Amino acid sequence: MRELFELFITFAKIGAFTFGGGYAMISIIAQICVETKQWITHDEMMNITVIAESTPGPIAINCATYVGYKQKGVAGAAAATIGVVLPSFIIILLISQFLDRFLEIGWVASAFKGIKIAVAVLIIDAALKMIKKMPKDALTWCIMGCACAAMLAATFLSVKLSSIVLMLIAAAVSLTAFLLRQMAGKEGGK
Amino acid sequence: MIYLDLLLGFLKVGFFAFGGAYAAVPLIRDVVLDYGWINEDMLSYIIAVAESTPGPIMVNLATYVGSTQAGALGSFIATTAVVLPSFVITILIMVLLKKLMENPVAKAVLGGLKPCIIGIILSVGVEMLLSNLGIRAKEAIAFDLTAAAIAAGLAVVYYGSRKLFKKGLSPIGLIAVSAVVGIVIYGI
Repeated sequence: MRELFELFITFAKIGAFTFGGGYAMISIIAQICVETKQWITHDEMMNITVIAESTPGPIAINCATYVGYKQKGVAGAAAATIGVVLPSFIIILLISQFLDRFLEIGWVASAFKGIKIAVAVLIIDAALKMIKKMPKDALTWCIMGCACAAMLAATFLSVKLSSIVLMLIAAAVSLTAFLLRQMAGKEGGK
Repeated sequence: MIYLDLLLGFLKVGFFAFGGAYAAVPLIRDVVLDYGWINEDMLSYIIAVAESTPGPIMVNLATYVGSTQAGALGSFIATTAVVLPSFVITILIMVLLKKLMENPVAKAVLGGLKPCIIGIILSVGVEMLLSNLGIRAKEAIAFDLTAAAIAAGLAVVYYGSRKLFKKGLSPIGLIAVSAVVGIVIYGI
């Protein structure tokens, strides 16, 4: 029961402080679940990110469900998921019922200008940490660099590029390299 | 019935929204406009509110639309519906995952997916930073010196505190600091 409560509270904290969507969430979840609480390893965090990106739904939900399930099964998954959703549920419910012009409140707009910058810093920080722990072979570096460059180029040239397309290409390239290595290995063995 | 519509509509959003909230916006727009819940203007406003409040954007959207359509119960139903598909799918994957991860072919696929996602995350961060500094696509570059100073200051405080102290500033702490800095610099 105590563990369920801890999962709930931890993810409620994450839910209450992650502005700016899924990628900001990844940086905070990695910090808390991998480094502070040590509920999951860095490798698992990377796997969650892959699962989250290749399944539908908000990344935060995938992360909370994964960590909760690993700690305490279905009950843990429910505790963590409810925790991560509850703060924003309450906040939005209040705003939608009582604040018609939420975004025109001066201090809200100012605070959010600051927060937006912090979120960008945190996302870059999360990516750099992941790069540090990435396997250091040429193919991995190349896929990472190309994906980043392609996304940036698409944004600035205003071309539509879905991250799913990029992921499919990356998976295909990596799989081809693996099959080529295997074939080469078999022929070398003969 | 509005409750059933909200349930089905947002189950659809939760089930088909791949690739994060922004990739899902067109789908959300279709569903929300189809049912005639809100108009295009209101949708843009709600997306802006969802971005400026904590929590996953998709969840915020569902809560907001549900609440305006059918009060607290409506928002509860819409939120549950948007969360449920990924909750169930993640648990299913975890049950199946252990065996799958040992498979060399799956490992090779993952070996390509991971760096690709790292690259995408890096690009999102860089793009957000540039956009905050006034460098955006299809717009004249208006370099925002104040924002650049805030970004540099936040980075120094964040990394500096981690170098100097064992615990340092947490990401949540940095967000709190940045909100205060925003209010101080941009005013009330």
